[in-house]
Amino acid sequence: MSSNLKIFTKGFFTENAVFVLLLGMCPTLGVTSSAINGLGMGLATTFVLIMSNIVISLIAALIPDKVRIPSYIVVIATFVTIVQLTMEAFVPSLFNALGLFIPLIVVNCIVLGRAEAFASKNGVFKSILDGAGMGLGFTMALTMLGALREFLGTGKMFNLPIFNEHYGMLLFILAPGAFIALGYLIAFINHLRKV
Amino acid sequence: MNQFVISPSPHIHSGDSVQKNMYRVLFALIPAFLVSALFFGWDTWIVTAIAVLGCVITEYVIQVYLMKVPTTIMDGSALLTGVLLAFNLPGNLAWWIILLGAIFAIAVGKMSFGGLGSNVFNPALVGRVFLLISFPAQMTSWPRPKMFNWTDVDAGTGATPLELVKQASKEGNVDQFTDSVGMIFNMISGDVGGSLGEVSALALIVGGAYLIWKKVITWHIPVAILGTVIVFTSILYFYDPTRYVDPFFHVFSGGLMLGTIFMATDYATSPMTYKGMIIYGVGIGVITVLIRVFGSYPEGVSFAILIMNAVTPLINVYMKPQRFAQPLKTV
Amino acid sequence: MAKRESNLTNMVLTLLVITLISGGVLGYVYELTKEPIAKAKLAKKVVAIKGVIPEFDNDPLKDMNSLNIEDKFTIEFYPAKVGDKQVGTAVKTYSKKGYGGPVWLMVGFANDNTITDIKVLEHTETPGLGTKMATPAFIDQFKGKNPKDFKLKVKKDGGDVDAITAATISSRAFSDAVQRAYDNLEKKGGSDE
Repeated sequence: MSSNLKIFTKGFFTENAVFVLLLGMCPTLGVTSSAINGLGMGLATTFVLIMSNIVISLIAALIPDKVRIPSYIVVIATFVTIVQLTMEAFVPSLFNALGLFIPLIVVNCIVLGRAEAFASKNGVFKSILDGAGMGLGFTMALTMLGALREFLGTGKMFNLPIFNEHYGMLLFILAPGAFIALGYLIAFINHLRKV
Repeated sequence: MNQFVISPSPHIHSGDSVQKNMYRVLFALIPAFLVSALFFGWDTWIVTAIAVLGCVITEYVIQVYLMKVPTTIMDGSALLTGVLLAFNLPGNLAWWIILLGAIFAIAVGKMSFGGLGSNVFNPALVGRVFLLISFPAQMTSWPRPKMFNWTDVDAGTGATPLELVKQASKEGNVDQFTDSVGMIFNMISGDVGGSLGEVSALALIVGGAYLIWKKVITWHIPVAILGTVIVFTSILYFYDPTRYVDPFFHVFSGGLMLGTIFMATDYATSPMTYKGMIIYGVGIGVITVLIRVFGSYPEGVSFAILIMNAVTPLINVYMKPQRFAQPLKTV
Repeated sequence: MAKRESNLTNMVLTLLVITLISGGVLGYVYELTKEPIAKAKLAKKVVAIKGVIPEFDNDPLKDMNSLNIEDKFTIEFYPAKVGDKQVGTAVKTYSKKGYGGPVWLMVGFANDNTITDIKVLEHTETPGLGTKMATPAFIDQFKGKNPKDFKLKVKKDGGDVDAITAATISSRAFSDAVQRAYDNLEKKGGSDE
């Protein structure tokens, strides 16, 4: 059981996709201009991760080695499209904010990486744990980054005003601010890991 | 710095030190400061004081409480960053914006990389660009110079010469500026809208001449930058004078002089060899003109210097001096 | 279960089955979400029209007519009615003079062509400068004004519009777009059917 717990928790800290593995940088830097966007993107990725991990752990044995990657990509793309259509229908405002980055989940290294490195070699239950852990760890990272940038850039957090927007440092909700904020977050996490 | 470099004898100390060079640069900035104080009155003193205090205190706090190393605030580098940052700001900027810029300049631009000598980018420019992107409205409303009229708080704001040209170039009547000798004269003397330090080209050139005379900087970088700007803008000007303004205008307007003499020549962030310096200068010149003429910002010197700062390590790798052939730049 | 061999038949078959299943699933989801997506898209436009014209009970999208100025640039008129009586027109308009690219606005006009309200639909202006044109502080000066005697030009150019500090070009584009909406509404004959 403790090994199962480890499979789940490693995604948050020791193998966090964003802070430690530095994977999935494109959505990380692209959509985290607010905490809500980060959370939405993270959850969408988590859903795709769990579902594709389930399916791939089930069918991995049936797939010939040479067409492994195309098969995985088709499975992942299917779930991404489901997420995209569902979002567009039921949460159009979030869909507009995330825009291009939803279809880009397909090429997010974390999703294919987990399929290849974990789900194809493990059972369904463990694959669900792995997908959930990795996905929620990714969500946590994106939400932290989004909250930090939103706070510094607009003086709000989850749309709740904390200080006057007049004092917000616009740089942080623009692209360069994403790099700078991510750099300091990684430095902070590394510092925590060392102690 | 460099106390433990191992080298064969003879060991001769040239009397040069970081401290000495920093204070010489500060001394060279005095004429520009005085001209600025003449045009903007107390604003110059206040903005400079806040920026300098912000930089020095930030460096002290980070070194003593975060890095737990002996503080180096006495070497004058934080002081210089503060003054250069102030020279890049409009005189009517709110105090908290100046303070944020100073903290960002030192904390992010300098100490994050490990302090003086390890920084990749010129800290003062990091601070300026941070403010320019974060507070664009406050950073682009320049107070009009109010010579000998310092009590007039509401002198109003006006566009910088480069902003005027940018607008005119969209309408295709840039040539109105070409024959305006008065404007060039105003830009040389400093009677134009702009940031504290960029208004007087003449005062900056005096400071630059002093630095070259004292061998604090060499002529390579400034000449490469100015030469490139002149050549590039001349080509554009002869191609279509209604859309591109003449080279003199480009050389004397905006922060080109300030950036060229005092910020592009920063030791830590510019190449080591003469050949490298020339490449670096040409790069700055080309990027500056590209941003000024084709970009969406009216001024591009600060961006150009930061971009070439990023390229500097690469230039150093490819422009290694031959042994026993070409002298190193002395630091 | 042993791995299946990577021969041609196996590979083709596997990919065929996987793509077939995923195609089927997607088709199903598409059918399921088709209606809500269409509704969400319409709702967005109606919200924009509602934002500039206070009250109407018809479906302006149905009565919409448009005027193509040039390729990709179309002015759209949305008549708003209460019962059979026209109460105003929402005009989707544009300006190509924006600092970062074209600016799209929805401008609401009452029957006497006074401006009721303006919403910014799309723009690519500089954050913190041109983006301020979407704030009430800027837009409110247009409310209740009739372009007939309110000159839609920034004060610097001899008009009546207070430009946004340090964003004169965006303010000009905004005024230009409103002017275009007004001119074309006039040309069309105001409150026709």
